[in-house]
Amino acid sequence: MAVGAETAAIETHGLRRVFKTRKQVVEAMLATLLPPSGGTATVAGRNLLTQPDRVRELIGYVSQAGGSDYEVVGRFELVFQGRLYGMSLAAAQKRAAELIEMLELEVCADRPVKTYSGGQKRRLDIGLGLVHNPQLLFLDEPTTGLDPQSRARVWDEVRRMHDRGTTVFLTTHYLDEADALCDRIAIIDYGKIVAEGTPEELKRAVAGDVVTLSVAGSPQAALEVLQAQPYVREASVEEGMVRLYVDRGEVAMPAILRQLDASGLQLLTIGLHRPSLDDVFLRKTGRSLREVAA
Amino acid sequence: MKLARDTWLVFGRYFWIFIHNPAWVVIGVVQPLLYLLLFAPLLKQIQSAPGFPRGGAYNVFVPGLLLQLGLFGAAGVGFSLIAELRMGVIERLRVTPVSRVALLLGRALRDVFSILAQSLILILLALPFGLSVNAVGVVVVLLLIALIGLLTASVAYAVALWTRSENSYAPIVFTATLPILLLSGVLLPLSLAPQWLRNIAAANPLSYAVDAARAVFLARLGDPSVVKGVAIMAGLCVISIFIGARAFGRAVA
Repeated sequence: MAVGAETAAIETHGLRRVFKTRKQVVEAMLATLLPPSGGTATVAGRNLLTQPDRVRELIGYVSQAGGSDYEVVGRFELVFQGRLYGMSLAAAQKRAAELIEMLELEVCADRPVKTYSGGQKRRLDIGLGLVHNPQLLFLDEPTTGLDPQSRARVWDEVRRMHDRGTTVFLTTHYLDEADALCDRIAIIDYGKIVAEGTPEELKRAVAGDVVTLSVAGSPQAALEVLQAQPYVREASVEEGMVRLYVDRGEVAMPAILRQLDASGLQLLTIGLHRPSLDDVFLRKTGRSLREVAA
Repeated sequence: MKLARDTWLVFGRYFWIFIHNPAWVVIGVVQPLLYLLLFAPLLKQIQSAPGFPRGGAYNVFVPGLLLQLGLFGAAGVGFSLIAELRMGVIERLRVTPVSRVALLLGRALRDVFSILAQSLILILLALPFGLSVNAVGVVVVLLLIALIGLLTASVAYAVALWTRSENSYAPIVFTATLPILLLSGVLLPLSLAPQWLRNIAAANPLSYAVDAARAVFLARLGDPSVVKGVAIMAGLCVISIFIGARAFGRAVA
């Protein structure tokens, strides 16, 4: 449900109507697989409706199913893909060798894809999307069904692509994945964007940060002092600990320390807890569900 | 230019897959061979029946068998496409700037290539049984087979892209090909048929191809049915390639 993306290369004029469909449809449309039902879209600086072929040259797309044929040898797939983008045979072979090295597929590159492990197949599929050095790469659920180790390698690969300057449009159900990999996130629920921003912005907008602390003596005294501060949104005492909901924990914490010192309270422990994207997702989609019901 | 290059690339891919799975070639030859061995001898007995074309049983039967090979050989090609849809291969190819016509034409020409290879083997196998041919005749018949193969494969791929499931594809394609086959005079010449059956067959394009192939094998190359059969098949071929390429362009992810 969550769409993570650097939206720099995607201007979304008129996409509201487009987004009234499943996330995969959004992705398929932007990747030129489906003609948009209306509105306009600019992908990687090209008009999606009038120049789909120009868009195709600049984007890569890795679907959830992958895209490599089980009967075919991995290296053959990479070379063939390069040829489809107009490379000469020699250039396509050179590029295939580069990708095989980059994605650490040396051990299996010359075997049929059916012999690959889940992680190897996934990396090959990503390689197929990268053959032509796209400016924008669509990745649909890149780590679904992978073991934790393979998942971490795919994450590393996405980060490396990002460092090389490729914009990655990632769709995922895993919110920790979106949090770990994305600069900007849009949450799509029932085909509508219900929240959009950096992971930090989204988390802050929904829940803020939570500071938990304990003091020598009664927590009530600390609660009364801190409750009155403008940066504290909400405060409570739970199990002998003071829980403070603040907008930005890293700004609030020094202020809290100063305030407690000034009031002569002795601080024993203090901790900062950041809300996860799951909190954001539940809040956002929960609200949207009620709206639909109403 | 781009179309030719892309078609060649796509052809190369599927040719590579094909030669790595020779089982299909074997199956493709065994079937017509069984007809040749187990069915054709029956014709020897009835070739003296009234209405049976003159020229020998094999020269009447083998042309029909060859066209049947073209039709059935191409009717099943959609299965591999459905498997590829499931693996995401088609989606992946459609995101590249490759020509949509080439996506169809490249793979359909590979199918035609394997059908032609099987046809040549069949012709060679039939020679010892008493088939008599000349070089020009073989070329014309192979052209007819190629056109039927290309036509059928294009339609089969379109059906596969529309249905996206073997369970719908198989009954549609095989239910459609059977009457086309029976009403073409492939198995027994339609000159044996009652008039009403001949009238229906006149609406079946394949029957013109069969007439043309028989005329060629009976050494009547100048017969008007030859030009007519080739022209009808070529025309339908263009239409079906158009339909097939459109299906590739529109296939939903």
